[in-house]
Amino acid sequence: MKALNYPSMRGCIGAAIAGAISVVGLASSAQAWEPTKQVTFIIPAGTGGGADQMARFVQGVVTKHNLMKQPMVVINKAGGAGAEGFLEVKKSKGDPHQIIITLSNLFTTPLATGVPFNWKELTPVAMLALDQFVLWVNSETSYKSAKDYITAISAGADKQFKMGGTGSKQEDQIITVALEKVTGGKHFTYVPYRGGGEVAVQLVGKHVDSTVNNPIEAVAQWRAGALRPLCIFDDKRSTYTTKVTTDMAWSDIPTCKQSGVDVDYQMLRGIFMPGGVTKEQVAFYVDLFKKVRETPDWKEFMEKGAFNNTFMSGDEYTKWVAAAETRHQELMKGAGFLAGAK
Amino acid sequence: MEEISSLMQGFGVALTPYNLALMFVGIVLGVIIGVLPGLGGANGVAILLPLTFSMPPTSAIIMLSCIYWGALFGGAITSILFNIPGEPWSVATTFDGHPMARQGRADEALTAAFTSSFVGAFVAVVVITFLAPLIARFALQFGPAEFFSVFFLTFASFVGMGRGSPWKTIAAMALGFALATVGMDGVTGQLRMTFGFDQLLSGFGFLIAVIGLFGIGEILASMETGLQFKGSEAKLRLGVVLTTWKKLLTYWATSIRSCVIGCWMGITPGGATPASFMSYGLAKRISPRGANFGKGEMEGVVAPETAAHAAGTSALLPMLTLGIPGSPTAAVLLGGLLIWGLQPGPLLFVEQKEFVWGLIASMYLGNIVGLIVVLTCVPLFAAILRVPFSIVAPVILVICAIGAYTVNNAMFDVWLMLVFGVVGYAFNKLDYPLAPLVLAIVLGDRAEESFRQSMLLSQGNLSIFWSNPLVASIMSLGLLMLVWPLLSSLRTPKTPGQSAAAPS
Amino acid sequence: MHEQNDAPEEASLASNRVLEIIVALALLTVSAVIIYDSIRLGFGWVEGQGPAAGYFPFYIASVLGIASLAILLKAVVGNTEELRESFVSRVAFGRVLTVLLPSIVYVAAIQYIGLYVASALFIMIFMITVGRESVLRSIMVGVAVPVFFFLMFEKWFLVPLPKGPLEAMLGY
Repeated sequence: MKALNYPSMRGCIGAAIAGAISVVGLASSAQAWEPTKQVTFIIPAGTGGGADQMARFVQGVVTKHNLMKQPMVVINKAGGAGAEGFLEVKKSKGDPHQIIITLSNLFTTPLATGVPFNWKELTPVAMLALDQFVLWVNSETSYKSAKDYITAISAGADKQFKMGGTGSKQEDQIITVALEKVTGGKHFTYVPYRGGGEVAVQLVGKHVDSTVNNPIEAVAQWRAGALRPLCIFDDKRSTYTTKVTTDMAWSDIPTCKQSGVDVDYQMLRGIFMPGGVTKEQVAFYVDLFKKVRETPDWKEFMEKGAFNNTFMSGDEYTKWVAAAETRHQELMKGAGFLAGAK
Repeated sequence: MEEISSLMQGFGVALTPYNLALMFVGIVLGVIIGVLPGLGGANGVAILLPLTFSMPPTSAIIMLSCIYWGALFGGAITSILFNIPGEPWSVATTFDGHPMARQGRADEALTAAFTSSFVGAFVAVVVITFLAPLIARFALQFGPAEFFSVFFLTFASFVGMGRGSPWKTIAAMALGFALATVGMDGVTGQLRMTFGFDQLLSGFGFLIAVIGLFGIGEILASMETGLQFKGSEAKLRLGVVLTTWKKLLTYWATSIRSCVIGCWMGITPGGATPASFMSYGLAKRISPRGANFGKGEMEGVVAPETAAHAAGTSALLPMLTLGIPGSPTAAVLLGGLLIWGLQPGPLLFVEQKEFVWGLIASMYLGNIVGLIVVLTCVPLFAAILRVPFSIVAPVILVICAIGAYTVNNAMFDVWLMLVFGVVGYAFNKLDYPLAPLVLAIVLGDRAEESFRQSMLLSQGNLSIFWSNPLVASIMSLGLLMLVWPLLSSLRTPKTPGQSAAAPS
Repeated sequence: MHEQNDAPEEASLASNRVLEIIVALALLTVSAVIIYDSIRLGFGWVEGQGPAAGYFPFYIASVLGIASLAILLKAVVGNTEELRESFVSRVAFGRVLTVLLPSIVYVAAIQYIGLYVASALFIMIFMITVGRESVLRSIMVGVAVPVFFFLMFEKWFLVPLPKGPLEAMLGY
């Protein structure tokens, strides 16, 4: 930001841009393969959501710490619940300058819409983290635990309780349907919204009765005392013990299993590449994301969002994805969300 | 007062030479981003975001929000000069701004637009400064039913706008709604009207439709009369700013009304786009010069610009206090806050006092700096129209193609833009009004979505729209707007001016 | 601006009536297509849930269909001065085509030679043939504009636009 003497209007525009956007290109360690042009980072979701935040954060870390010689460009391709982004990567077979961040829509979108793509047509690179889900209610309600809430639902009328969530036939609704196994045959009225932040605010405004927001989407309202977490949809508690509110840390939220609600669901935050790329090319990105994860910025980001900070790559990751796909298939079949099914 | 002392401290934070310089850079960058449709504000902010990580958070957000202001100012330039609105809330500005430019009054239109934006934004900042804690919680009352009522009111205040054949107005609006349904249905997750074409998955982008209908359609129409661009004799008048300001004073009622609409729509958070349309629709009805709207009436520039910027600015309040972004640009800014370790939410005002008041102070300063920058450039912008059309036409076409491409990074959209261009040309000549068409494309899907969310919540019971005083009053206002044209047509005989061409 | 095209010496290519009919038929087709897909989606009012996915499109398309039928009817049986007026004269339409056809070629060319080269050629050719500008001036503008955009989008703002063989040769 040095361009501060303005000879003329036109000159100042050019200088301002040059000053603001000097592309940094410092040498990093020698690699077997390196990008030869800018890398496009696709987000199969809209701006402002969890995947978008993470991708833009990664872009920021890569730029800040000069982890790559070539620039990284982030593009949102959210159409058709992310199908647009996945189809783009599928189409770019063999292009090593494209990566995509995935969320559960990697599985749910083709299953729910019938849009023809499958993760097997892409090359798995690495799992960055797993995103948690938490059952939230408004803090002005009397439900102190998941059990209280479930009891109230079971005692109420069918569809009396309203669950707000992001998107339709995606992770939030899958969890909602899974919850209905323990509500004594009572269903939720599931109301889909566009983004997680909006969902949390709708809960604060009492337009819905509960949500299954990701931690990062609801943490601000929790700290302000507007929301109350009931349980976390994981088989073990969160490992973050720093106090978030005056008396609670993420690790103080009981698991849903402990509360008698046997639902366990995490969302993949992982990276894929187009199919038909070489091993060296994949290795470059695995290495890149390892470096990203070593930065203090990343650790802070993980803690803020109470992510399950698990890293996987190679065969281990591929196996995990395959298992997750099978699981989604079962869950969605059970919920009647498969394309063509009524 | 506590707010005043906090604000003064904020000025202390913002008023360092370094921050002032950042403001200036931000505004200039923002204007450039606003002028080139391919570089929407969201894009610009997103790309620059990483570069600000090395700055202190307050400086960074000052620069980024100044880019945001600059882009808001810049959006009016292409709307007025070339009939190409870069953002949804600039659409209503074209209705009268572009006709003014064609009459050789581009400098007046630009001055009016910039000044109105400034007034709108400034009033909104004052509202934020003194009422923030009070109104922050107001947004919480907005559930799906309330959102629907706002969209309903917007459409209602716009119905009866099109003069000429009512069938054509209905057809244009219905076509807009129909186009808005293409893509994924947000409520059931089903694909609609895509017929297996991948390109249709994300639906028809608003920007593509508008660039085609307005921008390309305009070029085709201009070509018809030979290589002239009416208004290319744009006069370069010194002192135009002062003479325009004098005229603007007479529109004080419209300005105040538009500020109120804008602030209310920004806080609720209905958004800048409904605000601009609603304000334009109301001004046209209430103003004694209403019959001239669409033909180059300055008041028709003042109303949407004031409201859009009042809304755009006051929308930052729900963003900071609730974490809900009012626009894609705001969403990216929100992401930026998170990266700097600032958690938007109710506690931001308590825990990050210096940051928040620094930001609010920078809103005051950024707007003033912005107004000075853009006003001094008015002759420069107006001079663009003096460039021969044989140069301007192909360059505009290239800019349109870039703008359409960058929406989804797809060539399909560029083709679509050309198709919309031909449609715009034909519609314009046959007196199909384009305004209701575009309004329906922009807000149609959100209106439908909020209606269906409401229906889910009420289990199919329409009484949800009268279930509390807030939603009931907005709905009633909307119904009143719907029947207004009927009432007023009964009361006063039609003036001959009303049969003229619809705004395009 | 359609007041400009009624110079008496210019022969009419089509009357407003013909165009009205064409547009109304096109709108009818759109309406039919949407109704067809809405029926597939279901357009009823689901008890306890409100409208189905096809509800809105179905009724909107029905309204569109009725409106375009009305317009069609008016155009066919109506006999107003306006309908008989010329929509566009031969000469004026020729001028419209001089920008429309090159634009179509331009957009097609983007896919093969990239946006920047296509833009350069488009601007130059348009300026020389349609605008009758001097060749030197045309080449200057034709080169300067795409170069400016290239720097703007590819270098500074990192927005990738379609690129062709020339950019590939230069390493992009």
